[in-house]
Amino acid sequence: MDIIVCIKQVQDPDIPPRDFKVDEEKMDVVPPANVSPVINGFCENAVEAAINLKEEHGGKVTVMTMGDEKARDGLKKCLAMGCDEAVLLQDEAFEGSDAFATARILASAVQKLEGFDIILCGRLSSDWSYGTTALALAEALDLPSVSQLQKVEKTDSGIRCERALEDGVEVVEVSTPCLLTASNEINTPRLPSVKGILMASRKQIPVWGATDIEVDPASVGKAAATFEVTKFYKPVFDGNCEFIEGESLEDAAGALALRLREDKII
Amino acid sequence: MSNNVLILAERAGDKLALVSSELCGIGRKLADEKGGSLVALLLGGAGTHELAKGIIALGADKVLAAESDILDGYTNAAYLKVIDAVLGEENPNILLVANTSMGRDVAPRLAFRHNACYAHDCTDLSIEDGKLAAIRPVHGGSAISHIRSKTDSLSIASTRAKALPLADIEEGREGEFMEIGVSVDADEIRMHFVEAKKVEAEGVRLEDAEIVVSGGRGLGGPENFEYLQELAKVLKAAVGASRAAVDAGWVPTPMQVGQTGKIVSPNLYIAVGISGAMQHMVGAGPSKNIVAINTDAEAPIFQRARYGIVGDYKKVIPALTEKCKELMDS
Repeated sequence: MDIIVCIKQVQDPDIPPRDFKVDEEKMDVVPPANVSPVINGFCENAVEAAINLKEEHGGKVTVMTMGDEKARDGLKKCLAMGCDEAVLLQDEAFEGSDAFATARILASAVQKLEGFDIILCGRLSSDWSYGTTALALAEALDLPSVSQLQKVEKTDSGIRCERALEDGVEVVEVSTPCLLTASNEINTPRLPSVKGILMASRKQIPVWGATDIEVDPASVGKAAATFEVTKFYKPVFDGNCEFIEGESLEDAAGALALRLREDKII
Repeated sequence: MSNNVLILAERAGDKLALVSSELCGIGRKLADEKGGSLVALLLGGAGTHELAKGIIALGADKVLAAESDILDGYTNAAYLKVIDAVLGEENPNILLVANTSMGRDVAPRLAFRHNACYAHDCTDLSIEDGKLAAIRPVHGGSAISHIRSKTDSLSIASTRAKALPLADIEEGREGEFMEIGVSVDADEIRMHFVEAKKVEAEGVRLEDAEIVVSGGRGLGGPENFEYLQELAKVLKAAVGASRAAVDAGWVPTPMQVGQTGKIVSPNLYIAVGISGAMQHMVGAGPSKNIVAINTDAEAPIFQRARYGIVGDYKKVIPALTEKCKELMDS
């Protein structure tokens, strides 16, 4: 079973809130100094799911991403986890691409590869949360798609998918080739082994630009975006928390209950 | 291209889902600003026609209903085919869906297909210079982005649950109702629905609860949710959890409050051992009053709380439970 995983690198979502800064004029996030970007959590779930399927059924996992040189580190980590090959998509023309343009770029790159059974992606990115790229990629390639999976299994007739819903589970069977998106419930991504890291360091990561994958530069990049950002800022919270104290924590708890009753909250 | 707004209503079992009303509320407002009509579409299995008629009272001028066995269980392939046919027929300027497991699954594909602007997970929508404008929390709620469509043709948005008010109900309101034919061949859609399983927590549903008691990584282990259950029983509250507690396998996913879990809006939200990561606050933020109990006085949750206690929950919660019991009984 040959699988392509498309990942995204994001600003580490676990940095302390005070280190999260925005530039309201440039309408963008100011990356914190000395904090490396990380693989988006759901994307790492997708990588793990792909490697699990390969380990059970054989085949090959190719991981790809679009980005600058820092994106190479993310790909290296995926190789160290157990992916077989990696591709970096990089071109000035790609910069500023929105989710649709990114999907066009990924679709062209997928077509340059030699066939696949499944494309796996994360369900959402923790930075801009468009939740769009993976499903747009499915549309660009005319693939059936099943999103936010908490379980995936190969069956005789196709792929059995369990979708994690707000209030339960939905089971869908889909034929291959298809595109699937992973939710966090699907697995706990492995840490790369020392052997994996050594193997990864020896692997070459080809860089493909617009001409390599035959993308029309006019259809990607900032100019192709279908919307414009008009304002960007950090929300303000009042922070007027009243700390309730007492002789002991038990007393404080009792005082809290009384306050909630006075306020008619309970 | 019309000036109409099309909303994708949803069923929740034998009722209309609450998000249908939220979509009607904002859809009506946008349609009035555009000078167009509000058209609603409902898809599903048996009973869909009857349910759909109820959307007229929520402000729709025209309601389209697609009822078919193949739509009984959700597959995006079948739903996309029906919705896309309606888009072609109705030619709306704006399509609104809810940010649900269905809405967020169909909207990106439709948007890409039609090269439409797509704004995901919006907390407010308006019309600026004739174009759809949206407010979207991004970076897990750490920043707010305002965006505006660049196109005069179709724009699509998904709305965050509980961010927008419900539509006013106007009994006896007049509107057009139309049943639409469904011609989806099971063989052409490359997937089939197997089953849906509801996972219901015991007691009060999180989404409906007036009080929610929620636990996070700070609880230290699954067995300690017992403390919260006791308090919840006394307060007739639902029990929720942060993603950290779900990822650790302590509690099942349907208990998760947050960006990728449930969005709750109780009168009182008691956060125990929860630091208040932004992605959690996306789900807990709509709560009217937040009480935080945490050993770390610097935890961001206290910036969102009305009351806070810094200390070990194992001492605080039993005492709080006992005092609440006393107060509730009196």
